[in-house]
Amino acid sequence: MFELRNVEKRYPGVHVLKGIDLSIAPGEIIGLVGENGAGKSTLMKIIYGAVQPDAGTIEIDGAPVHFRSPRDAMKMGIGMVYQEQSLIPNLSVMENIFLGFEQQFVHLGVIRWKKMAQAARVQLRKVKLDIDPGMITSRLTFAQRQLVELAKVLALEERVEGHLVILLDEPTSVLSKDEIELLFSLVRELRRRASFIFVSHRLDEIIALSDRIYVLKDGLVVDVIPAREARVETIQKKMVGRDIALEYYRENRQEPYDADKVLLELDHVVLPGRQHDVSLTLHAGEVLALVGVEGAGREGILRAIFGLKKPDKGTIRIRGEAMRTFSASHSVAQGVGYIPRERKIEGIASGMNVYENMTLSQMGHYSRGGVLDIPAERALARDWIRRLSIKVPSEESDCGNLSGGNQQKVVLAKWRSGGSDIILLDHPTRGLDIGAKEDVYDMVRDMCADGVGVILVADTLEEAIGLSHTIAVIKDGEIKTWFTCQLGAKPSLYDLIHHMV
Amino acid sequence: MKHGLVMDNIRKWVPFLVLLVLVLFFTAVNPHFLSLRNFARIAVSSSPALMVAVGATFVILMGSIDLSMEGTVAVCAVVFAMLLNRLGGSLAHVGWAAIPGALLAGGVLGAVNGLIHVRLRIPSFMASLSMGFVGVGLSLLMTGGNRILIDDPLFRSLLTVRFMSFPLMAYAALGGLLVAWFIQDRTTIGRNFYAIGGGEELARASGLNVGRVRVIGFILAGIFFALGAILAVARLGIAETETGTGFMFLSITSVVVGGTGLAGGSGGVWNTLVGVLIVNVIGNGMVVVGLPDYLQDGVLGLLVISAVYLSMDRRSLSFAR
Repeated sequence: MFELRNVEKRYPGVHVLKGIDLSIAPGEIIGLVGENGAGKSTLMKIIYGAVQPDAGTIEIDGAPVHFRSPRDAMKMGIGMVYQEQSLIPNLSVMENIFLGFEQQFVHLGVIRWKKMAQAARVQLRKVKLDIDPGMITSRLTFAQRQLVELAKVLALEERVEGHLVILLDEPTSVLSKDEIELLFSLVRELRRRASFIFVSHRLDEIIALSDRIYVLKDGLVVDVIPAREARVETIQKKMVGRDIALEYYRENRQEPYDADKVLLELDHVVLPGRQHDVSLTLHAGEVLALVGVEGAGREGILRAIFGLKKPDKGTIRIRGEAMRTFSASHSVAQGVGYIPRERKIEGIASGMNVYENMTLSQMGHYSRGGVLDIPAERALARDWIRRLSIKVPSEESDCGNLSGGNQQKVVLAKWRSGGSDIILLDHPTRGLDIGAKEDVYDMVRDMCADGVGVILVADTLEEAIGLSHTIAVIKDGEIKTWFTCQLGAKPSLYDLIHHMV
Repeated sequence: MKHGLVMDNIRKWVPFLVLLVLVLFFTAVNPHFLSLRNFARIAVSSSPALMVAVGATFVILMGSIDLSMEGTVAVCAVVFAMLLNRLGGSLAHVGWAAIPGALLAGGVLGAVNGLIHVRLRIPSFMASLSMGFVGVGLSLLMTGGNRILIDDPLFRSLLTVRFMSFPLMAYAALGGLLVAWFIQDRTTIGRNFYAIGGGEELARASGLNVGRVRVIGFILAGIFFALGAILAVARLGIAETETGTGFMFLSITSVVVGGTGLAGGSGGVWNTLVGVLIVNVIGNGMVVVGLPDYLQDGVLGLLVISAVYLSMDRRSLSFAR
């Protein structure tokens, strides 16, 4: 029996897990579901030892355990099959399976490969994979690699007393239908050896495979449902169900957009690695939200518009003019602004001050013959600090020391002050507290009032619904359906999720 | 946060404090160290090194590295000397064209260097190291292994004429430093160096043409290497392949010891001035104090390691490669 009791975790500014109880009996398969940001991944990390809880206990058969690292957890029989595959591609299959545990095959300081191959074959047989253990991992298919990962975790069996607990993080996302069936039958068979925790966005799969389903929301387990009684709709309701004040997303400030003025048009655009084409139109004053699960292809569309990715087919037109060169500098010159998800990496240069950050995308406007007009830069920064009420000591403060909300304001000011009128927002409120979020929502409305078109990849579905005029639901790189979100006629969460998963 | 700010400030002033402590130490051991005459000696040895190190600073600010200085300095020195002698042997007449000629040579070598790095996507240390060897070979080819003597009194006045006890070349180097400071602080290209060094992804996402900026950085570096070469020739009155020898370790050491982070995005040319002075004060001071000169390299090596240790935020590194 593996148990979590009242496990809590805080990160600066966020209470990620607020007291989680979870138990897994030997041979049981647990489903774990929740929206992005519900705390799933943190919970998983605590279970396999990558993160330590702030409070609460982890018990195995009633005895408390402490994992300081994934290796500790492995020694107690907890293994993780990673979503992003964790095998080292240039090593052989057997080296990957016994990575970090080669000692058992060492004789007088030399690894005995034959013995290791033999042992690897035993593990591979457990997952019914008939490959040469000496094969280089990069030559395997995705499905095969997943099975090798599973075999790697199952290899714990011989080293550990007691039962294994295996975490499967989105194991089906890269598999075909047949491969999924194969994996599921394998997992069912392996129940004799191990319990499983199965995380997936695909609720039907969760219901099909699990015994019990834990529903996580805002860091709490809101329900535990026996899979026999579970239905996709009820789980969805529990995942998201909450009321949000109308005012929160500044919906009272939502004005109809200018349907005559097209800013941006994607005409049957096919992105590399995708089969379907995407077409959409963005008008002045419109907020167009792209909605879908992680990996559905929303970011790819943003990156293509910003010139970071060249489409295989189709045309992107900015104000009627087809884009021919694909580079960020070209898109910026065309008035496209991009507010990336990874603020620290692509949004804010820490070490540079406020005015330097604001003019970074438009230095041509603040220089003559390559010589900067620093007083003009400062004036611009002071103006925008006042307009967006950015909390900084002065325009010379290092942006790296600002709070997330203020950093986001600086990034927004950078694009808005440069006159960009097509703004791409990728998770603009990620990691911000409520007050800062509301500031961002206000800024979105301000931009619309100024005739800016916004393409939004929102942090949550509520945010997408609340802010947008139009929603495109994207699944596997294809726009599945469209919703208009006029005030008073907004679609519900359930309408959207239905098309997403 | 507060604690971090204090730490940052201390870190910023460490190189300067080190310089101060060194001066005090050598003075305590041998009072002759603290004399205008000796400082002028330090200025002479520092001037060419400062120009070369300033060139390297621009590239290091971008988070790249340029190791081609020995070759570039050799080629530029030889080009300068040959042009000067061919054009009548005096700066007073057409011979002045040797100066822009040498700068052009440095710029071209830098451009080739940068284009190899950016276009062929070869790591900058490898591209520039190889180009350095090409430069050494090229200079050898041009001179046939001979030394080129320069006896133009006007040119030699850089060393021989003194103003307020310091030779003219020290003021020339100071002028070069001010130009570099202007480029660094007041021009778009200087700002772009910091942006790319601070976060290349960010620079790209802000619409900067990162490849172009990088090439310009290497060109600028090449031009400053050429300035260094001219001052090095002025110092000895000789141009040869050997003119470039020793600049690589000394200039990179100076940049790093001065507090410009190898990761890019922090530091600048004033740091480099402090770094160059530290390195040359150590060199000079050890002679004055009477320590064997083979200790110098050892001390400098240890200094680089401690400088890099101090300048990097170790928490953000999982493992240094």
